[in-house]
Amino acid sequence: MTWWPLIKVLPQKTNFHFVKYARYAAVLSVVLCVASIVACFVPGLNMGIDFRGGASMEVAKPAGQTIDLEAVRGSVAELNLGDVGVQGIARRDTNVQDGSTAVLRFQVPEGRDQTAVVNQVESAITAAVGEVTYSGVSVVGSKVSGELFTSGLLALGVAIALMFAYIWFRFEPQFGFGAVAGLLHDVILTFGLIVLFKLEFSLNMVAAILTVIGYSMNDTVVVFDRLRENLRKYKTMPLREVIDLSLNETLSRTIITGVTAVMVLAALAVFGGEALFGFSIALMFGIIVGTYSSIYVGAPIILLWGVKRGELTEDAKPVKLGMASRP
Amino acid sequence: MIQLSRWKVILVAASLFFGVLLALPNMLSDAQREALPAFMPKNKLNLGLDLQGGSYLLLEVDVEAMRAKRVETMAEDVRQTLREDRIPIVSVRPEAGGVVVTVPEAQAELAATALRKLVQATPGGVADRAVTPQAGGAIRYGYTETGLRNLGPTAVDQSIEVVRRRIDSLGTREPSITRQGADRIVVQAPGESDPAALERVIGQTAQLTFQMVDVENSQSAFQTGIIPPDAQLLQGEDGTPYLVKKRVIVSGESLVPDRTNVTTDQSGRPAIGFAFNGAGATRFGQATTQNIGKPFAIILDGKVISAPTINSPILGGSGIIEGGFSIAQASEMVNLLKGGALPAPLKVEERRTVTAELGADAVKAGALSTAIGFVIIVLFMLLAYGFLFGGVSVVGLILNGILIVAAMSLTQATLTLPGIAGLILTFAVAVDANVLIYERMRDEARAGRSVIASMDAGFNKAMGTIIDANLTTLVAAAIMFIFGAGPVRGFAWTLSIGVFTSVFSSVLVAQVLLAYWLKTARPKTLPIAETVK
Repeated sequence: MTWWPLIKVLPQKTNFHFVKYARYAAVLSVVLCVASIVACFVPGLNMGIDFRGGASMEVAKPAGQTIDLEAVRGSVAELNLGDVGVQGIARRDTNVQDGSTAVLRFQVPEGRDQTAVVNQVESAITAAVGEVTYSGVSVVGSKVSGELFTSGLLALGVAIALMFAYIWFRFEPQFGFGAVAGLLHDVILTFGLIVLFKLEFSLNMVAAILTVIGYSMNDTVVVFDRLRENLRKYKTMPLREVIDLSLNETLSRTIITGVTAVMVLAALAVFGGEALFGFSIALMFGIIVGTYSSIYVGAPIILLWGVKRGELTEDAKPVKLGMASRP
Repeated sequence: MIQLSRWKVILVAASLFFGVLLALPNMLSDAQREALPAFMPKNKLNLGLDLQGGSYLLLEVDVEAMRAKRVETMAEDVRQTLREDRIPIVSVRPEAGGVVVTVPEAQAELAATALRKLVQATPGGVADRAVTPQAGGAIRYGYTETGLRNLGPTAVDQSIEVVRRRIDSLGTREPSITRQGADRIVVQAPGESDPAALERVIGQTAQLTFQMVDVENSQSAFQTGIIPPDAQLLQGEDGTPYLVKKRVIVSGESLVPDRTNVTTDQSGRPAIGFAFNGAGATRFGQATTQNIGKPFAIILDGKVISAPTINSPILGGSGIIEGGFSIAQASEMVNLLKGGALPAPLKVEERRTVTAELGADAVKAGALSTAIGFVIIVLFMLLAYGFLFGGVSVVGLILNGILIVAAMSLTQATLTLPGIAGLILTFAVAVDANVLIYERMRDEARAGRSVIASMDAGFNKAMGTIIDANLTTLVAAAIMFIFGAGPVRGFAWTLSIGVFTSVFSSVLVAQVLLAYWLKTARPKTLPIAETVK
């Protein structure tokens, strides 16, 4: 017919020996995971005010004018607020960083009134650089931030536990372990990326990671579904071949869906503005890692663990598998 | 084979019809929406504060401070009552949610009877306090267990009421005031509003009391620092110290709201006019009659506003408060007094403000990236599967978009900036269902099945996978909704709605359209399964 249906360019039938390289992939994954975990402590996550408490203020001058960041730093430093971060960001309306917009982050010292401190900072800035507009101001008390952090981590933990339970219930324990290993792998590496790129770890970031969990499971389930089906279909085929076959059969879907998602998220990262940048970068990375992990973490773990295939010997007795073996 | 079953066609048509109907108000101007007949839906997408601008305040009701304050009042009431009945007091000490007063053992019964009057005087019908005689002339007067337990919830309910009245007096557009957890209140005021004023108005307890100044002991108290047990040291606005009797003559609860207003004093400066209700006026009249020539203090939130001397009995129960206010201060205070006092202090735990311009910019960025994302997916699907199969997914995608907007408008779920990201991601994952189905069809065709059989098997076999795959996303979204706060919840909600609408629209639309194609075109080969020569 016509040339453009893209899928016809993709090979109809692939025959990659994924499992053969699983050993190397495992080494790579373990190294990256360990590095990510270490990085979460040293240098550590760049916690946003959601989790650390404190204030963040966005100040802007009309387009064309610039804010003297040094003057802002100097004037705010006199208020004894400890570490005050002042950083130029892109203008919201043009998405261009022209020095007219900046964001301030600081802690409200213990025992001082939040509102009063914010008012002091506002007048200090006005005194230093003249009239500016305060477009976005957030102040989070230390009590609330602590709670948000705990509930954020709790949400991640519960999500992983529920996914495990779900896969266990719908498939087999081995599948559950494989899926959860893949999930942990994705979550840990996403944390590593957040540290590496100094992205701000905020509530939105937790949402991004939870979405990565959802997507990664989505991917894993598609592979596992096919694996279960093939295990029933080819009862005598060695496990490693069944895994390879299932991965190959779902590969085109994996690639097409992954590519769409990544492309769309790239658009979001470029055009979504400052507020969504970190969020979409984390999601994009998570989806790539999630795709990798469903091929190289989830499935090989099942191989390592083995699947109960009844008394499968050289005589190759037919056995019932997976869900079919359950009442 | 795929049957073009009637109910599926009807379902798709109905969802399209209702989807458009419910999404329609978003396309109209406010005036046009108002002009719609009553049976038409009028709800637009509910934009979060990060998209329309506004202030978000998370307030915590300081129940502990309130309890301490109440116990202090109890001690004062006990002293007062026993003094009136001439029962000598050995000691009064606070004890968890109440006070224990010790009197000479012989008079314990008498004292208990006297104190029971206090319990009966408690407003609200159900007694939340009790008088319990203990051994050795000790009597406990304090909250019952139920009373103590209800203290927090009641305080939060009352606070919400007071906050609502105060915000209404500010004229803020559609504020939302909700309870969160056991002791928190969330105030969301959309639109351009002055967050500082909002915070100032909400944050004040506005506890107004009239108490006598302790003239006899003032000098010695200032000099020696020894304060009589029935008095307390307060400060005026300018820092002047006042020794004030703890006993409250009349409090703000006795004010008649309608007769509280901004007025002027004799020299024309702004002042606050007030009037007490019957009981309040009587008490005020008595106190002023007995204390001619002495000053009384007008106290707001522990600060003495003014301390005029009583020249003659004030019997009518009305008067003015002078305090060197500006007009703005006076009217703000009148609003506070009209709204009533907060039962407990409120602490601002979290505050987020976004200006309307910033919100509008966020909407623009969100809309732009949604449009671009959408175009990318459409192009990609058309390129990947061609006009027919790709086009079918695109139609499903469009229906999906309409349904999401419709569902969000219907449920009035809040759309936030991350929610927009969720929406975009939903589009990306929505085509996944189509991809799964189409790839299955190609598998089946490759295995040598007929067009009809492979299409049929494609739908049937992919369905289980689609359900499984989407359920996991739904689980993740549910967790976000349960544990998440603010914008994360908006994201979770959008994601959940997207899961339902995308499975519905991509699978069903594909089934109906492809079945129609199968029926009319009677294809010999599956277009997406042809191999390149």
